[in-house]
Amino acid sequence: MTDTQASHIVTSYEQELTRLRSAISEMGGRVEVQLTDAIRAISRRDAALAARCQAADASIDAMEDEIEELTLRMIALRQPVARDLRSILAALRISHDLERMGDYATNVAKRASALIRLPEVGPINGIARMGRLAHLVIKDVLDAYTENDVERAVNAWRRDEEIDQMYTSLFRELLTYMMEDPRNITPCAHLLFVAKNIERIGDHATNIAETIYFEETGSRLEGLRPKGDTSSFEIQGEEPADPFDLDPPGPESGSEI
Amino acid sequence: MNDGTQAVEQALSENSTPKPATETKHVKILNRDVNVYYGEKHALKHVDLDIYEHEVTALIGPSGCGKSTFLRCLNRMNDVIDSCRVIGKIEIDQTDIYESGLDVVQLRARVGMVFQKPNPFPKSIFDNVAYGPRIHGTAQNKSEVEEIVRTSLERAGLWKEVHDRLDQPGTGLSGGQQQRLCIARAIAVNPEVILMDEPCSALDPIATAKIEELIDELRENYTIVIVTHSMQQAARVSQRTAFFHLGDLVEVDQTDSMFTNPKDSRTQGYITGRFG
Repeated sequence: MTDTQASHIVTSYEQELTRLRSAISEMGGRVEVQLTDAIRAISRRDAALAARCQAADASIDAMEDEIEELTLRMIALRQPVARDLRSILAALRISHDLERMGDYATNVAKRASALIRLPEVGPINGIARMGRLAHLVIKDVLDAYTENDVERAVNAWRRDEEIDQMYTSLFRELLTYMMEDPRNITPCAHLLFVAKNIERIGDHATNIAETIYFEETGSRLEGLRPKGDTSSFEIQGEEPADPFDLDPPGPESGSEI
Repeated sequence: MNDGTQAVEQALSENSTPKPATETKHVKILNRDVNVYYGEKHALKHVDLDIYEHEVTALIGPSGCGKSTFLRCLNRMNDVIDSCRVIGKIEIDQTDIYESGLDVVQLRARVGMVFQKPNPFPKSIFDNVAYGPRIHGTAQNKSEVEEIVRTSLERAGLWKEVHDRLDQPGTGLSGGQQQRLCIARAIAVNPEVILMDEPCSALDPIATAKIEELIDELRENYTIVIVTHSMQQAARVSQRTAFFHLGDLVEVDQTDSMFTNPKDSRTQGYITGRFG
């Protein structure tokens, strides 16, 4: 990475590259806030925060547009190659992932608005824990991005497994609550979607880690990420098959919940 | 002269059945431990480079890196510089081109060259192209000369523009047309290899695009080595790129790998504009 430390002969080009990096960092920061606010709105039953959080999504979308314009202009005017080209493509890809993460966080905030109007159920702590873990993974990938730290990106990439495992155990727990008392079904169904949204956020964070790896090394992160999410195959009791398969297997199958 | 004629005839008969650009790569020019000295100055250091048939190989690097010096080794253009010594092995189709007794004139017919500034002879368009076949005795009679002039101009993408004014001076053409005339002149003697030393640096973007398109077409029948200061041009026209720096061949690879993921930090720095 030593070679990338040298700055470009053309100062304005260097400034554009710097601007692009800081735009990604800023957008990433907003997504972090979006997720933590949405989770906090659930655990504190804060309707105002949930509403603010939903409104904030527009600014994340606007940043994605801004980054896309910036990359488009740089590709057209600078004809980037090698590491510069990879950096610009990486910024474009990361901005798409961040935009999706922002959407999922916003969905969590919408569920928060609904949950606040319902009686409180047990596994809210589990959701908060899962949200904190997802936040840590996001923070790690974003730090890895600003510091060009491949090792850190790969470590964060591995940690997504923990989020997946947490999702699976929450899934089981929520099903148990629903079976205990039918009045729990509505809030638990909302929480299930919340958990799923957080799990998807984790998946996008791993995409970002993969992009960082590509940007830094020029090659792809090989090997399948260990998947800890087995909820797709989860069956309650003796049912032979799950007729309402919530999550078809595969990390990119993304149901837009 | 006779030897030259035979070689050209042989080349002509080989070329009459144009070979398709096949997947199997044949090393056309093999360079091993090539060193060039200008007096005491070690201008090119231990270059090992394979140049493949029917490929465009681009040589890039900052000024004074040795890329033009290397290009000029391939048809012994450096022979004309008194202080210049070339050491090492350069083989074209397994024949050492620095062998004593090798006919340099014949070699330069096999390895044609196009220069930075278009340099047509102060003669008619027709005579510019007919000159080579006439002195090499390739063409037996007037109609054969006419045929060679026509096909060469067609291959150089210039026929349509000049067919009705072949008797006019070549120097009266536009810069881009003059350069294509020089390419037609080079291919009129049916070379195997065409060396190009910054062939587009004196041309506007449209004329450049036409030459680049031409280079891509010529690749089917010839092996092309091009020195260029425009890295975008190297990226556009070549299949393989070699990066020279301070007399060293730093890195050579498929062009797409060179421009997306160069291995050497000096290549990275140069092509992204971080030193030079």
